[in-house]
Amino acid sequence: MTFWRRFARNLGAMAGLAILVLVALMAVLAPVIYPFSPWEMRGIPFMPPGEGGFLLGSDSLGRDVAAGIAHGALVSFLVGGVSTVAALVLGVTLGAVAGYGGGWVDDAIMRFTEFFQTIPSFVLAVVLVAIFTPSITSIVVAIAVVSWPPVTRVVRAEFLSLRSREFVQAAEVLGRGRIAIMVTEILPNALSPIIVLASLMVATAILLESSLSFLGLGDPNLMSWGFMIGSGRSVIRIAWWMSVFPGIAIFLTVLALNLVGEGLNDALNPRLAGRRGALPT
Amino acid sequence: MSAPILAVEGLTIGLPAGGDRANAVEDVSLAVRPGEIVCVVGESGSGKSMTAAAVMGLLPKGLPVRAGRVLFEGKDLLRLAPEAFRALRGARIGMVFQEPMTALNPLMRVGDQIAEAFRVHGERGDIRSRVLALLEDVRLPDPPSIVDAYPFRLSGGQRQRVMIAMALALGPSVLIADEPTTALDVTTQMQILRLIRNLQERRGTGVLFITHDFGVVAEIADRVAVMQHGRVVEQGEAGRVLNAPGHPYTRALIAAVPHGRARPAEVLSPEPVLEVRNLGKSFRRGGGLFRRGSPVLAVSDASFALAKGETLGVVGESGSGKSTLARCVVRLIEPERGEIAFHGTDLRPLGRAAMRPFRARIQMVFQDPYASLNPRRRVGDIIAEGPITHGMPRAEAVARARELLSLVQLDPGAMDRFPHEFSGGQRQRIGIARALALEPELLIADEPVSALDVSVQAQILDLLDGIRRRLRLTMLFITHDLRVAAQVCDRIAVMQRGRIVEMGETARVFGAPEHPYTRELLDAIPGKAWTPPLQAA
Repeated sequence: MTFWRRFARNLGAMAGLAILVLVALMAVLAPVIYPFSPWEMRGIPFMPPGEGGFLLGSDSLGRDVAAGIAHGALVSFLVGGVSTVAALVLGVTLGAVAGYGGGWVDDAIMRFTEFFQTIPSFVLAVVLVAIFTPSITSIVVAIAVVSWPPVTRVVRAEFLSLRSREFVQAAEVLGRGRIAIMVTEILPNALSPIIVLASLMVATAILLESSLSFLGLGDPNLMSWGFMIGSGRSVIRIAWWMSVFPGIAIFLTVLALNLVGEGLNDALNPRLAGRRGALPT
Repeated sequence: MSAPILAVEGLTIGLPAGGDRANAVEDVSLAVRPGEIVCVVGESGSGKSMTAAAVMGLLPKGLPVRAGRVLFEGKDLLRLAPEAFRALRGARIGMVFQEPMTALNPLMRVGDQIAEAFRVHGERGDIRSRVLALLEDVRLPDPPSIVDAYPFRLSGGQRQRVMIAMALALGPSVLIADEPTTALDVTTQMQILRLIRNLQERRGTGVLFITHDFGVVAEIADRVAVMQHGRVVEQGEAGRVLNAPGHPYTRALIAAVPHGRARPAEVLSPEPVLEVRNLGKSFRRGGGLFRRGSPVLAVSDASFALAKGETLGVVGESGSGKSTLARCVVRLIEPERGEIAFHGTDLRPLGRAAMRPFRARIQMVFQDPYASLNPRRRVGDIIAEGPITHGMPRAEAVARARELLSLVQLDPGAMDRFPHEFSGGQRQRIGIARALALEPELLIADEPVSALDVSVQAQILDLLDGIRRRLRLTMLFITHDLRVAAQVCDRIAVMQRGRIVEMGETARVFGAPEHPYTRELLDAIPGKAWTPPLQAA
C-alpha cells in the first residue's frame, strides 16, 4: 500500500510508532509484570533506582515507581483516546454542519465555538473537574469539552472548500440528501487533516490529564504519571527519580504522538511533503 | 533567407525514472529567424512548454538535458555560466507567461515592475519616460495613471500587455511566449495577438510562440512545428502545414479542430420543455456584519425557451453570466427573480424535497473532469448513485451503470476503478454517464469540452451528439468557444454582462449578426479566415 510505504519512509514517524507500541505493550502487560496495585507499599521509602529491588526506585511511602509508570500508561492512553474520540464526534459534527450549511447556521456555530476558544482551555478544564469531583469520567469529559473547538474549525474550513467542488454539486444535482452528501461525498475527502489533528489531540489530552493530576485533580483511585510527578515535587532534591521517570514517560509518549502525527500529515498530503521539481503541464 | 537568431538543435530532455516515457523532449530542432513567428503547437504533455523552458533556462530541477544545443547569437545557452545567461535573459530574450493574473507581483506598482527590467540590466537615465513609451507601445489606455497602478486594478488582458511591455523593455531579439492568450477571453485574445504581431513586425523580433490552438496558429504563425510525445512530427510554412498537412498526427489534429460550420437546425416539436422568464440573480460583493456589499448583477432579465429535442447554445466571455444561468436552472444557485418553468411547473419556489422528482429529469455535465468526480469513490458507485438515490434497487442500478459505460465507450472493467486512473477525456465520459443514468429529458452541459485537448474534445462532442440524437435529449450547452457552439447548437444565445443580447438560429446568428457585441465576438475567433480542410483523418 502506497500510504504505508510513504509513512514508513519517514524515519521520525517510524521511531514514534515504535515508542507508542512499546508504551502500549507496557500498559497491557502491567498487570502481568507488576501483579499488584501500584498504590501498595513494597519496601523501604526513598530507595534510589536499582536498590532494594526497585528498578526505578521507591517513593515516599515505599511504592514502586516502575509499577506506577506501567499502570499509569493505561490511564494515559484511556484518557487520551476516549477524550479525543468524544471531541472528534462533537467537533466533526458541528464543523460539518457549519461548513456545509453556511449562512446563519454557520454564524451561530462559529460564535458558539469562539465562545469556548476565548476561555483558556486549562482553566476551564480545572473548573469542570473541580465542579464534577475528580474521577476518570469527569476528567475525560473536561478534556473533550476543551479540545473540540480546533476540530470544528478545521472541519468547517474543509467542508467550506469542498462544498463548492463540482463533484459535490453533481451529487446535489442528482438529488441526494444533505446528510448523504456530507457523509459519503465530503467527509472522506476531509479525512486526512482530521486524522492528523486527532493524533496530536491524543498527545495534548495526555498532557492535560497529567497537568490535572499534578494539581491533585486526578482520579484518586487510579495511578497516573501526572500524579506521580506531583507527589514527588516536594522531595525532588532528595528523590529526583520520583519525578524524573514519570516525566520521561510523558515526554516520550507525547513526542512519539507528535512524530506520528507529522508522519501521517506527510503521508496523507504527499504534495505538501516537500516534493520538488514537479513537472509543468 | 536570413540566418536564424535562435536555433534549437537536437534537444533531448530526460524525464525522471518511472515517467510514462524516457524523455520529455526528444531530438527537437527548431529555428527562429528575425521578424518571424514560429508556433510550436501540440496537445498537453507533448513537451512544447518544456522546450520553451529549456530555452529560457527555466527547466525544473531533476530534468536533465541529455543532448542538443540551444544556439542564440552564436552562444550555446545550455552551457552558459549562470551569470552570462542572466545578462541575456530579459535583455536579449524576453518571455511572456501563460497566466497574467499571477505573473505580476501584486505588491509592486506596474511602472516599478517594468522599470525593474531596466535596472536589473544596468540601464540608467530617464527610465520613467521609457516605461511610459512602452506602455504607449502596448496600447494601454492612459499610461501616466497605469504606471502608478497596482496590478489588481488591471484586467487580465491589461496585465498581459504589461507582461509584454516588460518582455520587450530592452528590445530583445527573441520573444518567447508560452500560451500567452490561453487564459484570456476571445476578444482580448485577438487584441493581444494583433499587438504581438504588430510589435514584432515593427521591431523585427523573432517570436517563439507556444500554443495548443490551431486557430491561434492560423492567425499569427509564419512557420509551424507540430509536437507529439516530445518529438517534432512536422515542421514547415504555416499555410502549407495548415492546409496540406503531411504527417498523420497533424492531419488528425486539424480534423479535430471544430470547423465552426453552422449545423442545420432540426425540425422541432412546438412543445416547450423549459421556459425561462425574466430570470435574475445578483451577488453581493464585499460587505460585512453591519454593511451590505454592493450588488453585482450576474444574470439579469434572461428569458428563453427550449423545445423538445433542441440544443440551445449559450455563448459569452468569462463573467457574462452564462454559467450562473446554467446553475440557476438546476437550482445550484437560487435565482432571485423570474420563473423557470419545466413542462409548465415553476421550479424556482420549490424546496429541496419538492425539487427532488425534477432532479432526475434535469441533469448536468460539468466543466472540469478532474474536479467533478469524487476522488474517493469507485466509478461504478459514482454512476449508480443517482438511480439508487431515486429508489432503484442496487443490483439493477449497477447493471445499468455497466450499460452506460459501454454507451460512453468505456470498458466495463472501469466499474471498480477510481477516477484518478483515467485520463481527462475518459473522466468526462464518466461524468456524462453519471448524468445519463437518471434518463434525464434535459441535459445541461457547462463547458463540457473546454478543459480537454482538441482531439479528445472532438470525440466528446461526437459522443454527446450521438447520445442526444439517440435519446432525443434537449440540451442547454454553455460554451465560450464559438466554433464549438456553431457545430453543436440549433440556436444560439449570446450573453454579455448578464444579459442575453441576441438569440436566434445558429446559421442566422453567425451569418448575419445583429448585435454589435455578437459581431465583435465573431470577429475575434482566432484564425477566422482559415477553414480547416475537410479530409479523412
